[in-house]
Amino acid sequence: MFEFLLRMGDNTLVLGHRVSEWCGHAPVLEEDIALANIALDLIGQTRLWLGLAGEVEGQGRDADALAFRRDAWDFRNLLLVERPNRDFGHTLMRQFLFDLWHLDRLADLCRSADERVAGIAKKCVKEADYHLERSKDLIIRLGDGTDESHARMQAALEALWPYVGEMFTDDALDMEMADKGIAPLPSAQRARFGAALNGVLSQAMLTRPESDFARQGGRTGTHSEDLGHMLATMQFLQRAYPDARW
Amino acid sequence: MYAQEVKSTGRGVKTPEEMSAQERAFQARIDAGEKIEPKDWMPEGYRKTLIRQISQHAHSEVVGQLPEGNWITRAPTLERKAILLAKVQDEAGHGLYLYSAAETLGVSREELITDLLAGRAKYSSIFNYPTLTWADIGAVGWLVDGAAIVNQVALQRTSYGPYSRAMIRICKEESFHARQGFDIMMKMANGTAAQKAMAQDALNRLWWPALMMFGPPDAESVHSAQSMAWKIKVMTNDEGRQKFVDQTIPQIEYLGLEVPDCAARLNPETGHYSFTDPDWSEFFAVLKGNGPCNADRMRARNKAHDEGAWFREGLLAHAEKHQQAAE
Amino acid sequence: MASDWPLWEIFIRGQYGLSHRHVGSLHAPDAEMAMLNARDVYTRRNEGVSIWVVKSADITASAPSRKGPMFDPSNDKTYRHPTFFDIPDDVGSM
Repeated sequence: MFEFLLRMGDNTLVLGHRVSEWCGHAPVLEEDIALANIALDLIGQTRLWLGLAGEVEGQGRDADALAFRRDAWDFRNLLLVERPNRDFGHTLMRQFLFDLWHLDRLADLCRSADERVAGIAKKCVKEADYHLERSKDLIIRLGDGTDESHARMQAALEALWPYVGEMFTDDALDMEMADKGIAPLPSAQRARFGAALNGVLSQAMLTRPESDFARQGGRTGTHSEDLGHMLATMQFLQRAYPDARW
Repeated sequence: MYAQEVKSTGRGVKTPEEMSAQERAFQARIDAGEKIEPKDWMPEGYRKTLIRQISQHAHSEVVGQLPEGNWITRAPTLERKAILLAKVQDEAGHGLYLYSAAETLGVSREELITDLLAGRAKYSSIFNYPTLTWADIGAVGWLVDGAAIVNQVALQRTSYGPYSRAMIRICKEESFHARQGFDIMMKMANGTAAQKAMAQDALNRLWWPALMMFGPPDAESVHSAQSMAWKIKVMTNDEGRQKFVDQTIPQIEYLGLEVPDCAARLNPETGHYSFTDPDWSEFFAVLKGNGPCNADRMRARNKAHDEGAWFREGLLAHAEKHQQAAE
Repeated sequence: MASDWPLWEIFIRGQYGLSHRHVGSLHAPDAEMAMLNARDVYTRRNEGVSIWVVKSADITASAPSRKGPMFDPSNDKTYRHPTFFDIPDDVGSM
């Protein structure tokens, strides 16, 4: 259960951090403000998931201890969310792919046998619903915008495509969660995701990559080099001044 | 303040005899406390001065995202990260409200931003100073937003309707900004020895630039008189600075930190503090582009704008395609 | 400039039962994005339950120079206001 909650909370923690990196640097003020709202939602969700994780673990670690005092190999997020921002197209495509999975996942979790999980999911699902509306609208517009915006979105899709499969891979922990009625198997989402994705990509004039190669490892703690750098920045103060309270 | 050196028409204030009938009627409305609205007749000088002032204010909000944004990815707890992000997001919002107010005067946001990015427009000198430690985030919120609010509260009474309404909204939203800064400072000042040292260091570095935010002394501020008559400006530079010092020194004492100005004294008769002037030659150097971060700030804004061009154009192209399809 | 998105005026209903009120403006490429931007920019503090967005260029405003002829004539029609009529207290509330 602890690991399962880390998988949920680390996704929002890492993606929230990535999105917050844009603050003050987005292409237009309206977008800067909208991205900050998304990051704020994700940080808020992180506090709920990791807060519950700390409670379940029962070793006195709160959400901050889990966020700022674990090393990369203890993180359980999808590799997708730690991908660097690169250009705005990568950022939006990463957001869209995550939102499409996330909303569906949260909708499932609203029916979890664990009331605490269902409670958090019910709060987060409305936020995810809005995130998807926004990211989907932008993907469609940029895919079907100028030649350049189309090319950038197609390139972003191809670059991020290898990280999509990890969202739907089942492992022993997933089986256990499914058996207990806490969370359905990730693989059960695959068909729904695919259908919704195809709908958006066709409106966006984007081509779904054919490869079914799926890079794995994030959910079990084998991450990319990028996560270590992100944590070095994020955890700096807590690591440099371990006795301080902030 | 956020508009520290707004050039006005350059001429002095006209006497009623020198004014045209239209100008006299306009001045009478302002004197009566009426708000001027976008389509009303206004002297060209009023319009131009307002555009300069509101756009400098807007640029300051947008550039002002950068020094605080510098610490969003390093905020020490999830709650601090959320608070700081929300605060910096508010600055973007305030920039947006102010650009919108300027746009009612017949300029586009794009023109104003083009001027900023080309280095032709000014923004507050304060944002050309770096944020070096987490305590700077506390000190910026507390001192910089504290100074800004002194001026912005007064500007709610400004004569131009859209500007006044933007300021009312901004003041409402800003009320938590200075408080969150002070809250950080309290934690730091009462924290470990290292935290306390950071707090004092941040105060020492930012005190003088905060005083400069109010602009040069009234005696040297050539553009004030006309702006005061038009109620574009509603408080002189020195008045604002005095108010800020009076409210801030007791707060420094509450924190148990040392006042960076060892000559500052409370005059029990007036109830005001006397204080040392900041180094005005430094102020003018920063305005001219020689502050510690001017070049970095402009590089960051230009990069965001240039690299975002394809995004803005892509969305516009899509909208145009669909409009054509609908027609 | 070519890449400048059009300006939109934003109206928000603060609570059920109240009218939409003008809160400000913003830029957006089209109406749908204007709606999303309005949500993100103008309802960060729980300020609304409904949003209208209108392209600024589509608004027709009365001219200030016509203020007299437009609005003064209604000044002297005091009989349109309830206080114009003296109803004896005995009649009760009306």
